[in-house]
Order: sequence, then C-alpha cells, then structure tokens
Amino acid sequence: MANLAFDIGHLLAGGMLVLSFVLIYQDRITAMLNVFAMQAVALALAVAWQAITHHAPHLFVTAAVALVVKGFVIPAALHRIVRRLGIHREIEQVIGGGPTMLVGLGLVALSIMLVLPVVEGVDPLAREDLAFALAVILLGLLMMITRRNAVSQIVGFMSLENGLVLAATGAKGMPLVVEFSVAFSILIAFIVFGVFVFRIRERFDTVDVSALDAFRGERQEQL
Amino acid sequence: MATFVGLWCVAQLLAVAALAVVIAGYRVATPIVYGVSFAACVVALGSALFQLLGASSAPTLVLPIGLPTLGAHFRLDALSAFFLVVANLGGAAASLYGLGYGRHEAAPRRVLPFFPAYLAGMNLVVLADDAFTFLVSWEFMSLTSWALVVAHHRVGGNARAGYIYLVMASFGTLSLLLAFGLLAGPQGAYAFDAMRAAHPGATTAAIVLGLTLLGAGSKAGLVPLHVWLPLAHPAAPSHVSALMSGVMTKIAVYGFIRIAFDLVGEPAWWTSLIVLALAAATTVLGVLYALMQHDLKRLLAYHTVENIGIIYIGLGLAMAFRADHMEWAAALALTAALFHVLNHSVFKSLLFFGAGAVLTATGERDMEHLGGLIHRMPRTAATFLIGCAAISALPPLNGFVSEWLTFQAILISPQLPQLGLKMMVPAVGALLALSAALAAACFVKAFGVTFLGRPRSRAAETAREADPISLAVMIAFAGICFVAGILPGFVIDALAPVVKALAGAQLPRQSAMSWLSIVPIAEGRSSYNGLIIFTFLLMSGTLTAMFIHRFATRATRRSAIWDCGYPDPSTATQYSSSSFAMPIRRVFGTTVFQVQEKVDMPAPGDNRPARFQVRVFDPAWRFAYGPLARFVAGTAGRLNVLQFLTIRRYLTLTFSALIVLLLVVAAWR
Amino acid sequence: MALIFDLAAQGLQVFLVIAVAPLLLGVSRKVKARLLRRIGPPVLQPYLDIWKLMHKEAVLAHNASWLYRVAPYLVFAAIWVAAALIPTYSTDLPFSWSADLIAIVALLGTARFALALAGMDVGTAFGGIGSSREMLIASLAEPAMLLVAFTVALLIGTTQLSTIATQFAGASVGLRVSLGLALFAFVFVAIAENARIPIDNPATHLELTMVHEAMVLEYSGRHLAMIEAAAALKLQLYFSLLVCLFVPFGMAINDKSPVALALGVAAWMAKILFLAVLLPIGETAVAKMRVFRYPIFLGGAFAAGALAVFLLFVSKGF
Repeated sequence: MANLAFDIGHLLAGGMLVLSFVLIYQDRITAMLNVFAMQAVALALAVAWQAITHHAPHLFVTAAVALVVKGFVIPAALHRIVRRLGIHREIEQVIGGGPTMLVGLGLVALSIMLVLPVVEGVDPLAREDLAFALAVILLGLLMMITRRNAVSQIVGFMSLENGLVLAATGAKGMPLVVEFSVAFSILIAFIVFGVFVFRIRERFDTVDVSALDAFRGERQEQL
Repeated sequence: MATFVGLWCVAQLLAVAALAVVIAGYRVATPIVYGVSFAACVVALGSALFQLLGASSAPTLVLPIGLPTLGAHFRLDALSAFFLVVANLGGAAASLYGLGYGRHEAAPRRVLPFFPAYLAGMNLVVLADDAFTFLVSWEFMSLTSWALVVAHHRVGGNARAGYIYLVMASFGTLSLLLAFGLLAGPQGAYAFDAMRAAHPGATTAAIVLGLTLLGAGSKAGLVPLHVWLPLAHPAAPSHVSALMSGVMTKIAVYGFIRIAFDLVGEPAWWTSLIVLALAAATTVLGVLYALMQHDLKRLLAYHTVENIGIIYIGLGLAMAFRADHMEWAAALALTAALFHVLNHSVFKSLLFFGAGAVLTATGERDMEHLGGLIHRMPRTAATFLIGCAAISALPPLNGFVSEWLTFQAILISPQLPQLGLKMMVPAVGALLALSAALAAACFVKAFGVTFLGRPRSRAAETAREADPISLAVMIAFAGICFVAGILPGFVIDALAPVVKALAGAQLPRQSAMSWLSIVPIAEGRSSYNGLIIFTFLLMSGTLTAMFIHRFATRATRRSAIWDCGYPDPSTATQYSSSSFAMPIRRVFGTTVFQVQEKVDMPAPGDNRPARFQVRVFDPAWRFAYGPLARFVAGTAGRLNVLQFLTIRRYLTLTFSALIVLLLVVAAWR
Repeated sequence: MALIFDLAAQGLQVFLVIAVAPLLLGVSRKVKARLLRRIGPPVLQPYLDIWKLMHKEAVLAHNASWLYRVAPYLVFAAIWVAAALIPTYSTDLPFSWSADLIAIVALLGTARFALALAGMDVGTAFGGIGSSREMLIASLAEPAMLLVAFTVALLIGTTQLSTIATQFAGASVGLRVSLGLALFAFVFVAIAENARIPIDNPATHLELTMVHEAMVLEYSGRHLAMIEAAAALKLQLYFSLLVCLFVPFGMAINDKSPVALALGVAAWMAKILFLAVLLPIGETAVAKMRVFRYPIFLGGAFAAGALAVFLLFVSKGF
C-alpha cells in the first residue's frame, strides 16, 4: 500500500513536470491555455493525494482552490481575452522550441542535483515533490523569458505559481490563512495583468512585448 | 628482447632515412625507401604482437645516449606493445601503399627522407620509458610530420597549414614538458619507474592531467585544440595523411593513457567529468564539421576528430570507474576505448588510401567534381564502401563492436555514486548516439557523392583504377575490418593484459564464450555475436535470392533514368555534397556554426546564373583563436616599441631590472 | 531433441514475422480507408501487390551499378534478421541473445545505409532528397531511441530483450511515469523510422513530400517487391519491439510446452493487430509536418526520453 501511495504521488508530480514541458513545446495559444488548465488539475490532484496520505484535511481546501481558480476561472478568462483581442496566431519564440527544451532538460537536471542531496532522510515523496516543484518553477521562468507574447508570459507566471504550491504542499503544507492570501494576491495580479494586456493592445495594436521597448523613455533627469 | 628488436627496427628506419637524403633524386629511391620501411614495420609489428600475446616480462633497456645523468630508457610493456602493433600496422600499410602511390610523387626529395624518420619517431615515442626520451621522440615525430605536411608547400594553403601545425605542436610539447616536470618533482626523477613510485597529491595530479589534456589532446585533436588537424592532414601526401590520422593521433592517445592511467596514480573523480565533457563536445562537433565539408580529405580529417572524441569518452568513463573502485567497469570502458583505437587506425587508413587513389586517378579532392566512380574504379569503390560502413558503426563490421562496448560501459554508469557523473553520462550517451547517426549520414554523403551518381566533370569520366599494390593494401585492411567485426572476442582477449595492467581487472575470457560471442560483464547480462549475425545475414540474403530466383521473373531491361518523367541530362541537377548536408546544416548548423545561406536569384529575363552561397563560421576560430591571435598581435605591436629605444633607455631597463631583483632578495630575507 | 525443438521454434518465428508483415499493412490500410469513408483495398492486397511486382520486368537505368541491384537484398536481409531476433511469442528462442536492443537498432541502421546509398546511385535529384532527409530523421531519432534503451536498462539492468520481457511480464514494476514517457518517446521514434504521418506519407505521389518513396523512386519489379516487403517487415518489427518492451504479457516465459507457445503466438498476433488498427487512427488525426519541424517533433521524443531517465534517477532515491 505504501508503494502504491508513493507511485500515485510520483505519477501526479511527474505529470506536472511533463505538462510544463508540453507548455514549452506548444506554439499555439489556445492549446497552451488548455495545457495550463490540465496542469492546474494535475496540481489539484497531487495536493488532494497528499491530503489523503498525510491526513491533512486543510490541503483539500488548497486543492479545491487550485482546481476552481486555476483550473477553470483563469483559463476561461484568458480564453475570453484571447478571443476579444483576436490573438489566434502562433506564439513568437525568442529561441526555437528545440533549444528551449534542451535548456529545460538542463534545468530539470539542475533542480534534481540541487534538491536531492540537501533533503536526505526526509519522506521520499516530499523530497520528490520539492525537486519537481523547483523544476516546474524554473521552467515557468524559462517560459516567461523565451516568449514574446504577453498572454504566454502570464501563463508562464501562473505555471510558476503552480510549482510554488506544489513545493509548499511537499513541505507539510502552509497554514490556511497564508494559502488564501497567496491565492488572492495571485488573483489580483492576474486582474492587473489582464487590464494591462488590454491597454497594451489598445496602444500598440499588438501584444508583442518587444514593441514596448521602442517606447521606453531615456530617464536621465530623474533620480 | 622485444625492446631490442623494436629499437633495431627504429635504427633501420633512421638509416634508410639518412640514405634517402642522398639518393632521393633517383627513381630507384622510392621502392628502396618504402620497401625497407615496410620490412622494418613488419618486423616491429611481429615482435610487438609476440610481446602482447605471449611474453610477460618487460625489462627496461638503458642506452647511454641522451642526458648524461639519465641515459635513455626504453621499455616494451603491454600498453606499448599494443600501440606498437597499431603504429606498425599503419606504417606497414602506408609503406606498401607508398610503393604504388609514391611513383607519382612530384617532390620525392621532400618526402622520401622524412617518411621513414616519421615512422621511427612514432615507434620511439611508444618505446620510451623516461620523460626526456619521450619528449625528444615526440618533438622528432612532430618535426618530421611537419616536413611532410609542407612537402608541397607551393600548393595553396599548405604553407599556412604547416605554420599552424608547428605552433600547435610546440604548444603541445610545452604542456607535456610542464606536465612531466610536475611529475618528476623537484628531485628531477625523470624515469617513468620513479614517477610511478612517487604519489603526487590531488592538486598536482589534477594540474598534470589538465596539462596532459592540453598537450596530448592537441596532438590527438580534442576540441578546441583541433584546429590544426583539418588543415595539416589533407595537405600531406595521402599515405602520410593516413599515418597522421590513423596512427599519430593514436600515439597522442597513448601519451594520455600513459600519464593518466599509469604515471599519475589515482586522480580525483571530477577530472573524469572534464574529460567526458570535452570528449562529448569533440565527438559531436567533429562530425558536424565533417558534414559541412566537400573536400574529401578534409572531411576524413574532421571525422578523425569525432573518433578521437569517442575514444576519449571511453577513457573518461574508465577514469570515472577507476576513481570509484569499480575495476570491472573500468576494464570494460578501457577495452572499448582501445578497441576503437585499433578500429579507427584501420578504417581511417583505409579511407585515406581510397581518397589517395581517387586523387591519383582524377586529380580532384573536391567531391563536387567527382561522381560515378563506382563504374570506373570498382575495386577501390568496394573497399571504400567497406571502410564507410565500418566507420558508421554498422554490424557486422568492427566499428559497431567498439561502439557497442562503449554503450555498454555507459549503461553501467547509474552505479556510480556521484550525482554529477550520473547525470552527465546519459547526456554523453545521447550525444554519442547522435554522432553515430551523423557519421552514417556523413559517409553516405562521402560515398554517394564521390562514387555513385553520374560523373560531374571530365576528370571523373576518365578515371582509372588504382594500381594493384595499393589495391592489395586496401583489400587487406577491408579484410581486417571484417574479421575484427565477426571475431571480436580474439581482439578483446589480446587487449586483456593491457587492460589488466591499467585498470586492475579484465573482461572474462572471450574465446571461452559459447558460439564466440562477446560478453563484457556476465552471461545473461548482455552479449553480442558478430559471427551469428553475419551468418544470419548471409543465410537470409541467400534464401531471399533463391526465393526470388525461383518464383519471380528474371527479366531485366536497361533504360533511361525515370526521375518522375523529367530526366535531366545535365549532371549538375543531381544532389551535390552541400545539398545533401543541407537539412542537417539547417537543423544543427544554425546554432553551432551560425551558418548563413544566401540565394542570389536574378530577375526574370536576366541571363546571369543564380548564386548560392553558404558561410560557415568555425566557433573555435571565432571565439578562441581569433581573439587570441588578435591579442597576441596587438600586444606584440605595442611591445614593438622596445625595438627602437636609445642606448640610454636600454641601460635604464637593465638597471631597473637589476634593482628590482635585488629588492626582491632583500624582502625575502 | 531439445536442440531440434529450439531450432524449430526459432524457424517458426523467422517464418511468422515475414508471413504476418503484409497482413499488418493490409489491416492498416483497410482501417484508414474506413475512417475516411472509403471501402478500401482488401486486407490481403499487400500480398497480391508483392506477388504482382515479382512478376514484372525490372527496369534499371543505364548507369545503375551493382550496388543498386544488391541493395534491396541487403535491406531485406538486415531487417529480416533483426525481426527474427526480437522475442515475439517466447523468451527462450535460441538466438535472441546474439543481438540486444542496441544491436537491433544498429542492424536497422545498416538497412537504412544501404537504402540511402541506393537512392544516391542513379544520380537524380529525387534520390538525393530522399537520402538526405532520411539521414536527417535518423540522426534526430537515434538519441531518443538510446534514451529509451537507457530507461529500460536502468530499470532492468540489461539491454537483452529476452531478459527485459521476462522481468516486465513477471515482477510488478509499478505505475511508472518513466515507462509512460519512454513509451511516448518510442512511439514517436517508431513513427519517424517507419515513414508514417506526420513524418512522411507512405501513400504520397508528391515528390517534395516524400522521404522513403523518393529514395526508392527508380526501383521496379522484383527489387521494388523486396523493398516493399522490407518496409512492411520494418513496421512489424517496431510493433513487436513495442510489445516486447512495454506489454510483454502473454509471452511464453521459461516455458516450452506447446500450449504456452501457442498462447504466446496468439497473444502476440492479437497485440500487433491491435497496434495495426491504432496506427491509422493516429495517422488520420494529424497532418504531415514540414521537414524543418522534424527537430521539434523528435526533440519532444528526446525530451520525453531524457525526462524518463531523470525521473528514474529521482524515484529510485539515489
């Protein structure tokens, strides 16, 4: 039974990591949003499994929050934004999908090498969750760096936060109030992003963030 | 005894080199020089084989030449015996090939004296048992090969190739000198026996290994020290190119093995990480460079770089396993590396001989001007094909056996305790698989564009078959490739004493295995049987042929090319070497080489031809040597001021130097 | 007596693999036609095609060399030997130990080398396209295949196919993400190596979309028959390899009784027929890719393989 518990937890956490890679591989916006929703669902399942095996009922709330907010609300809102702005094109990438995936593999190797020796003697599922969580965080950051499209950078940020939640779960969970405030701040951040995307689009007729570079003023007379 | 025979052969080679200085102008010089070289190499080969397979003791022979306090030590132990076999096999073949090829030599006075001297130098390096003899022989080997590289110094690019070769060779010797100096210690114990007995500390060992990597690695062709190789190897005459690629690089590998496995003791595990990283980079970059070439000999030279990378992967793995006291695994990795040493010297020499035959027959090295040679030079084409198949690691030939052994060594790596090594070795394995596939692509290109298709120039249409002696040598080497592929157990058993001495363990006796398969670790764990696979291939091929003969019609008709109904009589519309490499160039080359392709299409109605231009940047030149050369030139330019000072200023300089030294002495006190 | 029985068992496999291969192709084409609302050719059509080609005159170009005539035999022989050495219905065949996973992949490399050279032989642009693209696909697929072999070797400790099948069928290996990822990588590599959509279209007549077809464009008659048979055999080989590595249940393991062997044959046939039905469903769902998107596709396979290896390192708790 212990083996099965470990295996299912390993499956779910590994699934989240694989979905991060699939996010990097994707180059169409709607597919990317769907994969992100899938990652949120995988996160919810992983947290719920932790709740069952560690008998920590407050993690069920975390799982529910992740599922509802990041599995349904945010992807639906992003789909609406994409439809309203008419961005149905491909995502422009700074470096191609192939080299990005190679860098991603290097980041995964790095996270494993960093985390595993440090947390010796801890419950193996928690160790794995931490290693995978760090990898998901780094991959989320990689996604933010290598994408030109504002919507895909938002998705990268959200996926990074998924990794943070996974890490927190692995470390015996956060107090509920912290969990709620983190979730709320993410929601506020998301709303701000959404507003900004609309403003950028209005102003520059594109959501390609490199267009912003041309309009950066030379700040010489200010502190 | 065997040492004495080896030295006697070296003496013969030096004697005929001296003789050649005198008689090189005469026509009879070529057969004499090459004949004597061949005989000397065969005798040395025989004695080395005898030592490797039979005898056990290896006494040191001390001659009273060289440094007065040291003398010159020579010794033929198992490792030296193996490398002497490799060197003299290549030497004998090259001498025999030279008998046929050398008749067309335009400048015999510049080639004939140096060829036997070069062979003598290589033999001496392997026989040397103390640092001084080693370094002197190493330099002698470099200088004689330099002389051979610049033999045709008026041909474009050869002079520059010789210059770069000389610079890199001097740099390599300097690194080795420093390495031996560190090993010898402040007492100056230059004999190898003394170095073995002294146990240097971990830092010293690491520095010595780094210097050896620089020194021996630059001669072998490790990236980024490989830049001289593709310039120098093609510039020399073909049999010398075969010797340089096939044998001299292996002598450099010998130098590395001698220091890293024998003299330095037990280096730390992280040194193997560096070796593995460099080796993996060398492997992939070498084959990618080779794919971009359309000069046949330069392609082969770059490909040597890839194979040296494969050998160093095996060596790096052996170092890693040895540092973790997994001797059985180190034995496997070392066997793989040494097997590849033998394999590469055989098939690379074979390929260079074939390229030499093509060069003699057509006068062309550029593949874009060749084609269709399989009809004009059928036997050369057949042996070249076996060489291509062997180097692409295709069963049942010998290239596959050494690659298989290397992969088996890589698959043991999860048992290594260090996490860094555990992560790096699968990456190295993936890069090795990538380079094996790219090597196959490279040789499909080389063989396909040169020998298959339709002739692209007048020279290719009128080529003639190579002379019988050269053909005999090529057929013999193709036979060796084949035999080593289907009976690899015997080679592995012959390597056992070398591996035992260096790694501390050896593989199970292969000739005792059932059906003559090779079993590197244990029965039931992994095994490969080349003989059975070859027999099965033969049987299924024959069965198919018989079935087709019995049940299918045998009607055959010759007709024009189909080409989807649009046959083009112009031979320029068939695939050329750069078009064949284009997909790989686009996929891999854009990042590695910053390849820029430019198509200049004329407007409709304009009669001028379209132009296609590909620019490939060598990252080693661009990022390492270019800036270095500019820095050196710039500093030299600035320091040039010192040439034009007045006498008073010179005196001031001398005076200040003296004062500074006196101050230092005072402060020390 | 036991030796004769063993040899007979091996001979049965040698015969079965080639007898069944065109059937798989026929089933695939039939299912694909049905999915596209056509009736499609009869399931036994590939056998009839090969028979027809064998009785047609072979037309060779004037400058076709001996290599061109020998290549089809070499290709077929290499793939047949590789297919005969993969354990299909029993893990105790007498010669399975002479080639492990790496040797099988390398034998397929020999076949590909010969075919690519044959494509370059006549000296046309189409042959060149086929050969150069085929070598590109091979160079992208080999690292992924090695990582699959590495994953399996990490779990079992060997690359010997009989041992792998025995271990996977017997002990409980657990719900492994790594095996799922390795399966994913293997399927992508198999699609690439067999020239199926989305890498290559086996039914195309547009030269610029051809890879395999372009290499064999000049072949006709009995030579083409052998090449078609070899392609069918290669597909069957990859199916058998997938079954042997990932779902070896039902094989006769350490059991040479006729009942166990018959059960093994039945199980194997059922599994590869199932895969032959699954293949066209996948092919109909996607379109063929541009050539320069191959690196992303096969890079995904490589990433899956590498992730499988890393996840194994993590979960084994080193």
